[in-house]
Amino acid sequence: MTQDIFLLIEHIQGQVSDISYIMTAAARKLAQKEGGSVIGILLGSGAEHLKDTLAVDKVIYCDHPALAEFTSDAYERTLVSLLTEYSPRAVLFGNTTLGADVSSSLSTNMEFPIVSSCIEVTESGSLISQICGGKIMVESQLADKTTLITVNPGGYKPEAGQSDSTPETIKFSPPDLENLKVKLSQYIEPDIGDVDISQEKVLVGIGRGIQREDNIELAEKLAELLGGEVCASRPVIDQGWLPTSRLVGKSGKTVKPNLYISLGISGATEHTEGVIDSKTIIAINSDPDAPIFDIAQYGIEVDLFDLIDPLLEQIESVKNESSG
Amino acid sequence: MTEIVVIARLVPDLVEELEIAPSGTALDLSWLRVIINEFDNHAIEQAIILKERSGATVTIISPEAEGVEDMLFTTAAKGADRLIKLTGIGEEKPTNLSLAQTLATMIKEMNPDLVLNGVQAHDDITGDLAPQLAQLLDMPYVGYISGVSLDGGKAKAYKEYPGGILAEMEINLPAVLGIQSSEEPPRYVAISKVRQMMNSTSIEEIQSSELETESGVVIKRMYLPEAAERAEMLEGDEKEVATKITSILQDLGLL
Ligand SMILES: Cc1cc2nc3c(=O)[nH]c(=O)nc-3n(C[C@H](O)[C@H](O)[C@H](O)COP(=O)(O)OP(=O)(O)OC[C@H]3O[C@@H](n4cnc5c(N)ncnc54)[C@H](O)[C@@H]3O)c2cc1C
Repeated sequence: MTQDIFLLIEHIQGQVSDISYIMTAAARKLAQKEGGSVIGILLGSGAEHLKDTLAVDKVIYCDHPALAEFTSDAYERTLVSLLTEYSPRAVLFGNTTLGADVSSSLSTNMEFPIVSSCIEVTESGSLISQICGGKIMVESQLADKTTLITVNPGGYKPEAGQSDSTPETIKFSPPDLENLKVKLSQYIEPDIGDVDISQEKVLVGIGRGIQREDNIELAEKLAELLGGEVCASRPVIDQGWLPTSRLVGKSGKTVKPNLYISLGISGATEHTEGVIDSKTIIAINSDPDAPIFDIAQYGIEVDLFDLIDPLLEQIESVKNESSG
Repeated sequence: MTEIVVIARLVPDLVEELEIAPSGTALDLSWLRVIINEFDNHAIEQAIILKERSGATVTIISPEAEGVEDMLFTTAAKGADRLIKLTGIGEEKPTNLSLAQTLATMIKEMNPDLVLNGVQAHDDITGDLAPQLAQLLDMPYVGYISGVSLDGGKAKAYKEYPGGILAEMEINLPAVLGIQSSEEPPRYVAISKVRQMMNSTSIEEIQSSELETESGVVIKRMYLPEAAERAEMLEGDEKEVATKITSILQDLGLL
């Protein structure tokens, strides 16, 4: 085993995902402690240039038509062969639709221990993970063999893993990628929807705390008074109460409004990663321990149904005063 | 007939206050209220949808926990055919790898076409269960799935990417899929129907093999997040709070 820290560079449709930069920043911390280099693994087809913006020391690049876009089977076969040859100290994967498809099965296949949901590496080289929707933190240490780590956003800004200096490339020959059991047929672009929430200046985010479809109207009224739109957390979308184009977070959109008012949203990391760059966040939640209060500037511990009517009245009366 | 196996687990209810066990390295499970993992619930729904669409036998396997029988009978009321409780789980949460090993031994004998599981569970720290199980069963795995159809020896599944993009994947069967959301929201069943099931169906119990609770990664401690920079909490009765919010909105230039 070497002391090098590897990371799987994620790219979709020719774009390097932010998580790759975030992992680079985390890997750098770990490499400082372990004394190795930071090495990016890039799998693709004619995609070597994607390494150019990453602040890694080297990139191991493997080129094959079957690696053009991500599929779990082709990636896993390649990674097994690559990690067997290089035997790094640790390998970072995004806890994402790409990374999570291969990291856990690789860990089983290669008998490498795995740690989930890491957001930060401390000065002493400990891994800090966040689980239970952000309500529990876990501090752990690398095992005494190659350790796999899945990384959540939140601990590092993507800029911390970016660089202008092009890293050196090492070419890696692909293994046999015939008879794959998983194939990508096509990408399906989302319905654009009636509004693009990523462009809105004011958003009212609705969570499971809204309880019933009928109640969404209350949030819409609030949004309308402020010249904004409503968006939602996953459970509201999964109920079919609002279209997917209004989903905020990991599997939805990233939004950056001047004001985000969250109504009955707990603040799970999969949601907050999509709202963290809002200028001001006002969170309304009846649970004083809700993690949403950790990222909000203003918080109100209250049953939203008790607050919403007086709030709508207040806003209306101020608006009437200023227009009258 | 198509054989579908669903793994459904109970996880801590995050609405409750969570506590750390005296060991300092695990959740205190003794008073914890558990509920079905939301994504496993979607996996169950997806299995029932597939059964209704083209016929299948649906088996649900759940590790024992407080309330697991009620959960299993509820799945029967929705249309599940066979209910299995995995016993011998012990006080501490086992690693996903050792749980996957026990499950793999059981599932191999069932010879399923499709194994469904929620894509993640919020209390997992040792990787995800479904891909580990897939590896042990020597089946392909694809996760983050919302929508599945079966056709001949293949599954067509929609995998979610950020920003609402879907990847249509073709997967050779048998396969393991990690479900993010079912095509329709999980259905509601009346308590009376669940009670009927309690009288007409039975739960098989299968003893798990010895389970590991340590993975090689050293857990040094578990702790509640330190209140770093908490929000400024607005206090007062609803009217007062409404006034405070309104003045913040004015300061932001929104009114
Ligand atoms: C792979 C993956 C991807 C995901 N992607 C996303 C994503 O893109 N976006 C997303 O949002 N989630 C996503 N999730 C789900 C995420 O983990 C959480 O489950 C989800 O964000 C929780 O939504 P919520 O806060 O609305 O619901 P809950 O967590 O159930 O919280 C409801 C909140 O409402 C509060 N509440 C209840 N009643 C009231 C009341 N009367 N007044 C005030 N407050 C009240 C409660 O205190 C609670 O805090 C993803 C999960 C996974 C595993």
